[in-house]
Amino acid sequence: MSLQAELEHYRNVLIVRLRGELDHHTADIVRNKMEAEIMRGDSHHIILSLKDLQFMDSSGLGVILGRYKQVRSKGGKMVVCDVNPSVYRLFEMSGLFKIMSIYDNERMAISSLEVVS
Amino acid sequence: MGRNEMTLSFSARSENEAFARIAVASFVSQLDPTLEELNDLKTAVSEAVTNSIIHGYDSNPDGKVTIEASIDGDVVSIAIYDNGRGIEDLELARQPLYTSKPEMERSGMGFTIMENFMDRFEVTSELGQGTRVAMMKRIESKKALYN
Repeated sequence: MSLQAELEHYRNVLIVRLRGELDHHTADIVRNKMEAEIMRGDSHHIILSLKDLQFMDSSGLGVILGRYKQVRSKGGKMVVCDVNPSVYRLFEMSGLFKIMSIYDNERMAISSLEVVS
Repeated sequence: MGRNEMTLSFSARSENEAFARIAVASFVSQLDPTLEELNDLKTAVSEAVTNSIIHGYDSNPDGKVTIEASIDGDVVSIAIYDNGRGIEDLELARQPLYTSKPEMERSGMGFTIMENFMDRFEVTSELGQGTRVAMMKRIESKKALYN
């Protein structure tokens, strides 16, 4: 499989670590895994941790925006961290930073969410 | 170096998206591109191929997507085309964030990304005939190395 999604609960935060290549083919893996966790409702907020994401295209943007809307509709926040330069460019181009905060690493993302929750 | 060409034709299956962008990246690697240039090319190829599969063929794997790539000096030219349904309103399709398939969680950024990541970008389409995307990019890294 060319994409792995590792999910971890930390207090009321769901940390989603994506590894590999996120495109139209692999977007379903991310959608299904995250959707199931969001619907279970154990976590309020989501951190998308992208340190090991080697490739992403507009299909990745679509699946991320879809999950953002789900989390928002349940009153939670979604933030991203550890974003490499090429993924950063895509986020910037699509205006994603207007709705999602970005942090250098998971630790900083967690502390930002602990302040708001 | 003289002109070098390659043609690749494959089934409109989503698992071929990775294959397509890696094949083009391998072909272009003879120009010694930077990682950023390679990533730009891979992303643009991925967008065009995904469009053909999802929009051109409505995810019907019987469709064929073709990539023609050539290297002339330090310029890479890539044409990606399908024989699918075509695009009714090209101007609308090229608008950032516009998508004809919001239910599929499409971001509507495909054409915008291709335009931004490549030096030249052109799309032609005919209803019921198919869509063709032609793109060019100059690979600068080698020049920088020799200067």
